Amino acid sequence: MLFAEQVLTPLSSGWFLENAWLIPVIPGIAFAMIILIGKRMPMKGSELGVISMLAALVLSVGAGYQWIQRVNSASEEQFVSPVIKSWTWWQSGGFEFGIGQHIDGLSVLVLLVVALISTLVQIYSLEYLRGDRRYTHFFAALTLFSGGMLTMVLADNMLLLLLGWEIMGLCSFLLIGHWWEEDVNSKAALKAFLTVRVGDVGLLVGIIMLYFTANDWTREHLGVSGFSIRGLSAWALSGEPNSTVIMIAAIALFIACIGKSGQFPLHTWLPDAMAGPTPVSSLLHSSTMVVAGVFLVARLYPVFFVGLDILGDGGNLIMIIGGITIVISAALAFVQDDIKRVLAYSTVSQLGYMMLGLGAGAWMPAVFHIFTHAFFKACLFLAAGSISHSASHHSFDMKRDMGGLRKVMPITFTTWIISTLALTGVFPFSGFFSKDEIIDNVGNNGYGLFMIIGLIGAFLTAAYMTRATYLTFFGAPRGASAGQSVNDVHDHAAHSPVAHGPHESGALITVPLIILATLALGSGFLNATPFGESWERMKLWVEPRSEVVVEGIAVASESVVVSKNYSPQSEEGHASSVCGSQTPETGVCYAPKLNHAPFKWPKAMISLMIVFLGMAISWVVSFRLYTKRDPKFVGLTQRVSVLRAGHKLLVNKYYLDDLYEKVIVRGIAYPIARTAYWFDQKVLDGIIHAVARSARLVSGWVYRNIDQRIVDGAVNNSASATKYVGGVVQPTQSGKVSQYGALLFSAAAVAALVLVIINT
Amino acid sequence: MFVNQFLFLAAILFCIGVYGVVARKNAVLVLMSIELILNSVNINLLTFSLRNGSTDGHTFALYIIAVAAAEVGVGLGLVLLVYRNKRSISVDDLSEMSG
Repeated sequence: MLFAEQVLTPLSSGWFLENAWLIPVIPGIAFAMIILIGKRMPMKGSELGVISMLAALVLSVGAGYQWIQRVNSASEEQFVSPVIKSWTWWQSGGFEFGIGQHIDGLSVLVLLVVALISTLVQIYSLEYLRGDRRYTHFFAALTLFSGGMLTMVLADNMLLLLLGWEIMGLCSFLLIGHWWEEDVNSKAALKAFLTVRVGDVGLLVGIIMLYFTANDWTREHLGVSGFSIRGLSAWALSGEPNSTVIMIAAIALFIACIGKSGQFPLHTWLPDAMAGPTPVSSLLHSSTMVVAGVFLVARLYPVFFVGLDILGDGGNLIMIIGGITIVISAALAFVQDDIKRVLAYSTVSQLGYMMLGLGAGAWMPAVFHIFTHAFFKACLFLAAGSISHSASHHSFDMKRDMGGLRKVMPITFTTWIISTLALTGVFPFSGFFSKDEIIDNVGNNGYGLFMIIGLIGAFLTAAYMTRATYLTFFGAPRGASAGQSVNDVHDHAAHSPVAHGPHESGALITVPLIILATLALGSGFLNATPFGESWERMKLWVEPRSEVVVEGIAVASESVVVSKNYSPQSEEGHASSVCGSQTPETGVCYAPKLNHAPFKWPKAMISLMIVFLGMAISWVVSFRLYTKRDPKFVGLTQRVSVLRAGHKLLVNKYYLDDLYEKVIVRGIAYPIARTAYWFDQKVLDGIIHAVARSARLVSGWVYRNIDQRIVDGAVNNSASATKYVGGVVQPTQSGKVSQYGALLFSAAAVAALVLVIINT
Repeated sequence: MFVNQFLFLAAILFCIGVYGVVARKNAVLVLMSIELILNSVNINLLTFSLRNGSTDGHTFALYIIAVAAAEVGVGLGLVLLVYRNKRSISVDDLSEMSG
């Protein structure tokens, strides 16, 4: 309470921040409209998708601008509270499910990235999918896909987040299997969907566990349900949760992230997802879908921070998975001939970096890597699509159909090179500022081994990207790129008559490429640590500040006081932090206190040297192998047994697919199926047959005995008895009055006799 | 003894009436036999009325005489019509209701 007076500045807000929930609603409406009236529109519904994305982009930019204003209106160490709006979605018993928005720096950042890249990808698709047989449906699914990601990004509670998450899962299935006529594509779509579903079980388990353990606390302290992201963040850092429970919940949630973000060992769906159209790969691999897992970790960071003991001694699950993923997927990229598959493994590897950063407490660099990676990876995919669209007859095979394209496709080549340099982390391209920061912070937080893994990853990234660049743009043109006519196996995109032979793509393709390349070049400067504190705008705007908040009034914690004079070299900065490492005594924390590694040029020089070394080695090897056909290199993997074994391992993708399909699926699913079949045949059918047979016997007996004898017998006998009686009595109906009279009087006499006898 | 004589007379009259209804073929005689039966009933009513010292039986007997007169009227009308159709008043000829 000591410092209460200094932090009471009201935070500014604005229309765009208050109404940010409109951002995912617009694509949702556009989706419905495309489905309903898209085919009758002049551009077959694609204009609706593009317009909705542009509207979402405008709203996101507005929200971003107003968020920066809000941050600037706060004092330096004040926790900038998110703009939360919440409505009751539905109620059931004591459960109340909310729907609403949670806008903070992270949401705004990802909203901007998603909206921008979705817009560019949709514009690109106008040209790329021109004449496709399911053009309208493609745009509908693409729009809904972006809508799902946007919903997830600004969800204020876990259920809404789950909704967006699942919408994306569905749309990824639709989009990857867009050309389902080919068996490979529909199989890839199924694989993507089912693999991600395996992880999704973890998400459900995690959400339910967190709800039931946190609900009481959040209701009491914050008045929100146990689904609320704000409530869960505060609860995780309150010192309240049982460490085992929160650990299991965090692991369950992380399994979902592994599935969605293509981390080892569930990364196998991601390269197969290349079966979809290239714009889909671009969107899927840069800003949506795969980023969702990383985003979830960043969003619920306090839960993971406490549950998995981030910043604790030794490694934790997130770091280990991230580290493994970086190396194994980078190694796989070396044996791919398909340019999109190289990029796919590169994505997996870069997501590994993000996970490594998050696991090592480098929240800001990891989130910044989401931001920069989105631009250069989208650009690389779109460039690959541009090549296949205009130069290589829809082939993505680098060895067979590409080579020497730098002269015919100057724009594609330039954007590709810029993005490649950004991906490999060359100064001053954007990847340098994010990836190097991750590696640096991992080392700074005391995880030396993982820093080395990160550096190995950087070396491998530089090497495989150089190989891909060499095969695509340098050397002699081969196959389709050399103008050879090949049978066009994909008949999905109609060619204009002049489109044959390699040439540069049209403006609808090159303009998005140029915009993305510019961002790949420049976006790094938003958080350029090498140039000092004043360049770290992203840290200022996005990173939540670890300040103790009481009932809407912020109380500056002790750590904040210390950090005023905080110099990175001093020891006490880490030790005296409150949020994260200690339980707040009054109020709640929303973000753990994290360290930031001081930037040092020598360290950066080392990683740059490693990158250049990787490029140089790869260049020399590629040149000798692919152009010179040097006998020392050609066939090396066949001659040397160690290399042969390694190559075989990589070509077979570490046998993970075999493990899943042959061992796990056959080992688990087949016996279950067989047992079920046996049970069905023997037990269920046996019971049914026995019942049927006995029913037949019983009914036969009933027919013969009850129906035929008793029921029919009763009817027939009563009829014949009536007939007999009628025959007997018939003579009395003589019609002779005297006879009737005689009968009447004798009956009266009998009755009189009876009366007399009874009365005496 | 006083009562028995009347009751015997009534019983004999009743039996003669029943015999007449059952045995006679002539429809007019049948009607006359029915009158005998009715009058035997009247004698019974008067007998018990005298014995009990009340006049209820007398009242009933008067009613029965009136109803019997009407009945005979209807009955003779029927006989007349039957004779017109059949040229016979034998009840044995009226056996169209034979079952």
